[in-house]
Amino acid sequence: MKHPSLVLFFVFFLSLLPACGSQGPQTLTILTHDSFAVSEELITVFEQENNVAVVFLAGGDTGAALNKAILSREAPLADIFYGVDNTFLSRALEADIFVPYESPLLAAIPDDFELDPQHRALPVDYGDVCINYDRAWFAERRLAIPAALVDLLQPEYTGLLVVENPATSSPGLAFLLATVAEFGPDGYLDFWAGLRDNGLVVVDDWETAYFTNFSASSGRGPQPLAVSYASSPAAEVIYADPPVDEAPTASLLAPGTCFRQIEFVGILRGTPNRDLAERFIDYMLDTRYQEDIPLQMFVYPVNQNAQLPPEFVQWAAVASEPAVLGPDLIAVHRDEWIAAWTEVVLR
Amino acid sequence: MKGIKDRGGRASDSLNQRFDAPLTRRIALWLPASLFLAVFFFYPLGHILTLSLDFSAITAGALGRSLSVLGFTLFQACLSTVLTLALGLPAAFLFARYRFAAKALLRTLTAIPFMLPTVVVAAGFNAWLGSRGWVNIALMRLFNLDSPPLVFGGTLGAILLAHVFYNTTIVVRVVGNALAHLDPRLEQAARTLGADPRRAFWRLTLPLLRPSLLASILLVFLFDFTSFGVILLLGGARFATLEVEIYLQAVQFFDLPLAAWLSLIQLLCTLAFSVVYSRAVTRTPGPSAPREATANLRRPQTLPQRLFVAGMAIFLFLFFIFPMLSLPVRSVARLEADRGERGQVRYGLTADYYAELFVNRSETLFYVPPLRALGNSLGYASLTVILSLGLGFPVAAALARPGPLERLLDPFLMLPLGASAVTLGLGFIVSFGRLLVSPWLVPLAHTLIALPFVIRSLQPALAAIPERLRQVAASLGAPPLRAWLVVDWPIIRRATLAAAVFAFTVSLGEFGATVLIARPEYPTLTTAIYRFLSRPGGLNYGQAMAMATILMLVTGAGILAIEKLRLPGSGEF
Repeated sequence: MKHPSLVLFFVFFLSLLPACGSQGPQTLTILTHDSFAVSEELITVFEQENNVAVVFLAGGDTGAALNKAILSREAPLADIFYGVDNTFLSRALEADIFVPYESPLLAAIPDDFELDPQHRALPVDYGDVCINYDRAWFAERRLAIPAALVDLLQPEYTGLLVVENPATSSPGLAFLLATVAEFGPDGYLDFWAGLRDNGLVVVDDWETAYFTNFSASSGRGPQPLAVSYASSPAAEVIYADPPVDEAPTASLLAPGTCFRQIEFVGILRGTPNRDLAERFIDYMLDTRYQEDIPLQMFVYPVNQNAQLPPEFVQWAAVASEPAVLGPDLIAVHRDEWIAAWTEVVLR
Repeated sequence: MKGIKDRGGRASDSLNQRFDAPLTRRIALWLPASLFLAVFFFYPLGHILTLSLDFSAITAGALGRSLSVLGFTLFQACLSTVLTLALGLPAAFLFARYRFAAKALLRTLTAIPFMLPTVVVAAGFNAWLGSRGWVNIALMRLFNLDSPPLVFGGTLGAILLAHVFYNTTIVVRVVGNALAHLDPRLEQAARTLGADPRRAFWRLTLPLLRPSLLASILLVFLFDFTSFGVILLLGGARFATLEVEIYLQAVQFFDLPLAAWLSLIQLLCTLAFSVVYSRAVTRTPGPSAPREATANLRRPQTLPQRLFVAGMAIFLFLFFIFPMLSLPVRSVARLEADRGERGQVRYGLTADYYAELFVNRSETLFYVPPLRALGNSLGYASLTVILSLGLGFPVAAALARPGPLERLLDPFLMLPLGASAVTLGLGFIVSFGRLLVSPWLVPLAHTLIALPFVIRSLQPALAAIPERLRQVAASLGAPPLRAWLVVDWPIIRRATLAAAVFAFTVSLGEFGATVLIARPEYPTLTTAIYRFLSRPGGLNYGQAMAMATILMLVTGAGILAIEKLRLPGSGEF
C-alpha cells in the first residue's frame, strides 16, 4: 500500500526482458565510433537490395570503440567494426578480432593504404592531420606562415600554437607521430621542449582546441595556429554562417608537417552473418559509398575512382608528403612516446 | 521542547525499536534496489575487476604514479567540497528562511548547471573568463593592458569554480529542505530559555541539520572525487584525477590491469567515505516533529537581513547566469567577420541556427529533428524519475529507522557514484554482450547514478517523521493511507520533489550514459550537442549553442514544473 511504485517497477522491469532479446534474424550490426556518419539514402538502398536491417552502434571515441570490440570478441556485439585507424591498427590485429576478407574492390585502392597484407582490416578513408592557420590573422600582421615544423620554434610564433594532448586525443597523437617522423625518435623530444618554451598551449581534446582556442573558428580564441584536419577549411566553407566564398582557414601542407590517418573496416570474428558482412564491405568500398564519405565525415575516400565534391577540390587539401610511420613501429613505441611527451611537455 | 526531549528520550527509542522488529518487512524494502544494483552494478563491475585485476602487473612506478594521482584527486575534491559548502550553505539558508521576489526562478537557476554537458559549461566559462572572455576584455580596456590579465583555462581555479558551479545545487536542495522543515518553535524555546542566536544555532540548529549536511557533503565530495569531464576540459592536460587516469590507462593504453587497480582504489575510497558517513549519521538526533516549510518563511525585516537576502540573491544570480548566458547569446548571434580585418568582430542577430536544426542538410542517416531528440531526452528522464523513486523510496524508508541490516548495507548504496564509469562500461560489455544495445538500458544506467541521490534526499526527511504522529493519526481512526497522507506526505513532499528533480537532471545530463553503447538513432539533446561540436564550421557551433539553449530551457521548465506540482497534502497549514 505504501509503495505502489514497487509494483510499477516490476511491471516495467519485466517488460524490458523481451525488448532486450528482440534482435531479428536479418539484422546487420555495425560497431563504429561516435564521429561516424553516412547518408540515409545509401543505407536504405543497401537494406532494400539485401532485405536486411542495418543497425549502427556508437562505441565512443576510436580507442573506446576498439576496446569494446576486443572485450566482446567471445560474443561479438556486431558483425562489422568500422573506424580503427593506423595508430590503433596493431592493437586490433594483435587481439585477432577480424577475419580476413579479400574484397575485389581492393583493386581500386592504392597499395599504400593496405597496411594489413592479410586483409583482415581493409582501408576505407584517410585524412591528414595538419596545422590549420587563421588566414586573416597572418595577413593582417604580414607574418609569413611557418614553412616547416622547425619554424614553430622561432620567436615570431611564440604563443601562437594550440595542440591536443596525444594521450587523450586522436589528432593530438597523429601530430605527435608527425614530429617523431620528422625529427626521429631521438630528436622529437627536443623539438617539443623547444615548443613548450615557446609558449605552446596544450588542451585535452579537439573540440576545445578548435572551438575555444583557435582564433579562426566560431569560438574566436587566442591562437591562430591549431592542430586539426586538412579538410577542416572545407567544413568552414560548407558550414559557414553567413555563407562565405572563401575559407577563413587553411592548412600548413609543407612536407613532413602532416600525419596521415587511415581508417579501416573489418568483419568481426564469430559473426553469423559473414556473407552479408562481406557484401556490406564491398558496398562501402564501392564508388557510390566512397563518394558520400567526404561531406559526411570530412575525410577522403581511398577508392581512386571516387569523385570528390567541389568544395573539397577547392578548399580541402591533401598533404603531398605526409609523415609516414609504419603501424608496427607505432604499435611498439606508441605508449612510450606518449609517456615521454607527457614528461617533457606537461610535467 | 518536546522535540528536543524526543531525541535522547527512552520513549522514542522504544517506539523505534518496535518499528525495527519485522525483519521480513525490512528485507522486502531492500529487495528491489538490491536486485537492481546486483544485476546492473555489482555483477558487471565484479566481473571486469576479476577478469583484469592482476597485482603482479603493478610496477613500483605505477604504484607511485597512482598514489600521486590519488593525492591530487583527494586534494581537489576536499577543496571543491569546502568551497561548494561555503556558497551552498548561505544559499540554502536564503531559500529555506526567506520569501523574496523571483525565488522559484533563482532556485531553478541553481539546479540547471547540474545537467549541462561539460563541453557546454566549458564554452560558457570561457566566454566569460577565458582569454577573450568578457572579464578579460573589460579589464584590458579599463587598465589599458596588452594581454589578458586573468588566466582561466588549464588552472586549478577553473576546476574548483566549475565544481562549485555544478554542485552547489546539491547543498541548496538537501540542506535547504531540512532547514525549511525545522520546527521554528525549537529555536524560539531555546531563545526563551536564554540562548543567544549563536548558541541556539550551534547547539540546536546545527545538530538537527547534521544528517542532511553530512548527506550533501558526501554527495558533493563523491562527485568531485570522480570528476572527469571538468578535469579534462577546464583543467586541461596537466591535471589528472583517478577517473581521468583510469580512462587513459583503459582506453588509450589498453592497460586493463592498471585500470582495474586504479578503479579498485577509487572504489575502496568511496566505500571508506560512505562508511564514515554512515557512522556519523547514525549518531544524529531522531525525529523532531518537522513543520510545513512555510512556517519558517518570512520576508527579510531588519537591515542585516535585507542586506543578506539582497546580496546573496544577486550574487547567486550573477554567479549562475554568467556562464550560462553566453549559450543563448551565441545561439542567436552570428559573428560577421570581414576577411582581413577581424580585429573588430561585429555581431548580428539571427534565428538561422534554430531554423537549421530542423533541416537535414547533409541528408545524414543520424539526423534527428530537435523535437524527437527532446522527446527521447524527456522519455528517458521520466523513466529515470519513476524508476529511481520506485527503487529509492523503500530503501530510504528502511534507512530512516536503521537496524543492523541497514548499517551493513548503507555504505554500499553510494558505490555507483564512486565507481569508474569507464570500468563499469567495460564490465557491461563482458557481462551483457548483445543485450547492451537495447535502448531500454539507458534509463537503467541513469537510474544507477540517480538512485544514491534519491535515497540521500529522502532519508533525512523520512527519518524526521515522528512515529508518535502516525500513532496519533491511527488512534484518531485514520486508515493507513489517510494517516500517510496527513502525516508522512506533508513532511516528505519537498524531499520527494527534490529527489525527483535530481533524478530528472541526472538523466538529462546523461550521467552514466558513457557506460553504454550508444544507438545513434535514438539521440538525446546532449548527444546532439556533441555531434554538432565534433565538426568545424560556424553553423555547427551555432546549432550546438541553440541545442544547449533548448536543453537549458527544457530543464528549467521541467524543474519548475516538478516543484510546482500541486499534490495532495501540499496545501499550506
